Amino acid sequence: MHMADALISPAVGGTMIAASAGLIAYSSKKLKEEIDDKKIPLMGVMGAFIFAAQMINFTIPATGSSGHIGGGLLLAIILGPYAAFLSIASVLMVQALFFADGGLLAIGCNIFNLGFFPCFIVYPFIYKKLIGDSFSKSKIVIVSVLAAIIGLQIGAFSVVLETLASGISALPFGTFVLLMQPIHLAIGFVEGLATAAVVLFIYRSQPELFNVASTTTTGFPYKKAVISMLVLALVTGGMFSWFASAFPDGLEWSMEKVAGSPELESPEHSIYTTMKNLQEKTAFFPDYNFKPSTDAKAAEGDESWPAVNAGTSVAGIVGGFITLMAAVIIGVILKKRKVVESV
Amino acid sequence: MSHHIIQSHGLCYTYPDGNKALREISFLITHGESVAIIGANGAGKSTLLMHLNGHIIPQTGTLRIGDYPVSKETAHHIRRSVGMVFQDSDDQLFMPTVFDDVAFGPLNLDFPHEEVEERVRKTLETVGVLHLINRPTHRLSGGEKRTVAIATVLSMTPDILVMDEPTSSLDPRSRRRLIELLKTFHHTKIIATHDLDMVFDLCERTIIMNEGAIIADGNSSDILNNKELLKKSGLEKPLRLQGCPVCGTEE
Amino acid sequence: MLLPFNCEDIISKIESTLFNLGYMDLLSYQDTPVHRLDSRIKLIVTLCFLLTVISFDRYEISMLIPFIFYPIYIIASANLPVAYLFKKVLYVSPFALMIGIFNPFFDDKIIITVFGIGITGGWVSFFSIMLRFVLTVTTVLALIGCTGFNNICYAMNRLGAPKVFSIQLMFLYRYIFVLAEETARVVRARNLRSFNGKGKGVKIYGAIAGSLLIRTINRAQRIHYAMICRGFNGDIKIFKSNNPGVADIAFFIIWIFLFIVFRIFNVPELIGGSVLRLIQ
Repeated sequence: MHMADALISPAVGGTMIAASAGLIAYSSKKLKEEIDDKKIPLMGVMGAFIFAAQMINFTIPATGSSGHIGGGLLLAIILGPYAAFLSIASVLMVQALFFADGGLLAIGCNIFNLGFFPCFIVYPFIYKKLIGDSFSKSKIVIVSVLAAIIGLQIGAFSVVLETLASGISALPFGTFVLLMQPIHLAIGFVEGLATAAVVLFIYRSQPELFNVASTTTTGFPYKKAVISMLVLALVTGGMFSWFASAFPDGLEWSMEKVAGSPELESPEHSIYTTMKNLQEKTAFFPDYNFKPSTDAKAAEGDESWPAVNAGTSVAGIVGGFITLMAAVIIGVILKKRKVVESV
Repeated sequence: MSHHIIQSHGLCYTYPDGNKALREISFLITHGESVAIIGANGAGKSTLLMHLNGHIIPQTGTLRIGDYPVSKETAHHIRRSVGMVFQDSDDQLFMPTVFDDVAFGPLNLDFPHEEVEERVRKTLETVGVLHLINRPTHRLSGGEKRTVAIATVLSMTPDILVMDEPTSSLDPRSRRRLIELLKTFHHTKIIATHDLDMVFDLCERTIIMNEGAIIADGNSSDILNNKELLKKSGLEKPLRLQGCPVCGTEE
Repeated sequence: MLLPFNCEDIISKIESTLFNLGYMDLLSYQDTPVHRLDSRIKLIVTLCFLLTVISFDRYEISMLIPFIFYPIYIIASANLPVAYLFKKVLYVSPFALMIGIFNPFFDDKIIITVFGIGITGGWVSFFSIMLRFVLTVTTVLALIGCTGFNNICYAMNRLGAPKVFSIQLMFLYRYIFVLAEETARVVRARNLRSFNGKGKGVKIYGAIAGSLLIRTINRAQRIHYAMICRGFNGDIKIFKSNNPGVADIAFFIIWIFLFIVFRIFNVPELIGGSVLRLIQ
């Protein structure tokens, strides 16, 4: 469920980057106050561990497929939320840069979906609360599975919201939710089992490891954090939509070009109308459509179709082809020159 | 030069789990000496080394490095004069590039950046790997890693070099090179090792540890020829001092 | 995460991950003019590129095409292997494909007619997504190939990322290679002794991952010890790099200018229009 750059809009990407960067800065500050400088190498090496551990697969009984660990929850259990958050953010960065597993502008979304929820929501409010002080095998298994499932469900839902808000995919809300949530139920179950297996092993062989980590879980000022993140999101969101509206040939212009009307009615799905109302009230992204749907009003007014006339689109195709060829030729020339140079 | 003397008196250490790692360790190592500490696995060598740079503070007994007794307060001074080379170079080389790694210590000593750069170059030149200066650490071979690990320590100009298994997992040529390199150093050297052939080349003095205590301390060639003593401590004579299997000569 | 692999494929999966990481890493140590550019500049230009590309509305295709110049320029002049990068792009494409392929089903209004054939908005936006996908993924891979991970960490640090974060990123990268090899060895040992799927269950997994985790934590302690031995007291000092030079600034200005031009003017349409007029 790593978001790709191709599916997000600048406003969504920017807002989520701002939110994640804020959380990274906050977690870093918190860790610095801790003065436990042992954690600096530990975080980095644990990130590398998660990366390596993702390559260990195990068979899932009765399915024939195999699973591996995602890591956010396990990191939080070992390192505590702040260090875990930085660690998982780093793992996601390596995956984005080397394996294109999630985009670079979408990194904010991915850090938020796979880092914030497990570290700052699921771990303190579900895992810690339910585990309490006493450990037992079944308790660890049940709580881990539950925590992992909840974490991934929120994360998957967040993916849906971010994709819809970006308006690149045409998937309707209901379908998308039906597509994402059940898959992540299964993935969450596997993740929970894997996490429990590791936690149990460590609990049996070196229980003192847990005491090192979980001393720093208390004292996260949730209210303050939520408010400052909201402010941050509003500011950046506002900035990006200003950017979008400041350029007349930006989003709306092209929407106008495509659909014939700058403001499209939202379709009957109630989520959009609610979103839109909310959006107007909060001026979240002024006149920035959450989902520029084509099958709404435009269908009635035939004269608005097709706004792009055949002439321009043929020109576009011809020109696009020429541009592409030019780019390839330049690339080949550069490459050729390189080879000659190195010989 | 009194500040290079290492003096231990009645040093004992017991781990929290009750394992008595050191029992009544006493010795005196003077400036410029090269001393091997040998013994079977679990004999207490590593614990002793960890005392030498103040990572572990003596529980009972005293340990003096130069002018300072080892304690929490003096640990910072002691680490400046005692350079520690680890058994696993991957633990020691934690920075991304060779340059960064060798510069890590001098930067922590707050030298100006120009001086840091000069130190890095000079040290790498001394150990003969200046060409690796911009290489990423994880791209070095085993022998290169070991050499760079030694450079990271030398760049802080220590008086005493403490090494844990410097020749382990090196191929024969890298091992030979390392021994030749170590021969050129005039530092006080303390080397914990299983490589008794290297001891024969490098150290004039050998200390044998067994179950946390010193059972022999003396001239290397005497000790390494003492079959009974070595056997008692779970060791064997250096190969070079053993007989030849081809021509069948017994010692 | 669920994977469609059979157990037998797992060995190769680890090895290929390791290989990919190492190969991309190796590519970044080449010495070309693009490699020599300031990493901060490359990072910023890449981010501007991505931002511009995703700022188009979902039906845009022709205006996206000129952006291909940037990744092609980087790949060609940084001497990166085209076929390899292309394979990597294909390898990660299923996610975008999976989400994008729904567009034609939900958005079936014809929005352009080419030579009398109507094309629905869904197909247009689907191709737009795929084009964006290829552009963004290629450019990110090209960035790492011409810059290297550590330089990106340094760049982030100098651009204001918290030090704790960038330092542990460097640690992560440094030890990925060590731990991945360790893991590969353990998993190989397990797979060699597992038969008919026995020995690959979640319990054994817990033992393997758990003991690797404990080893990892012990390693972290040794590293910390090594750091302390060399005067570490909670703050890592990073050697400062030089300021951007003329080449860096030129690279920055030229590409940002081009991105703006490509964003404002529909270059392919202009070219195509004039070509068509010429023909007529």
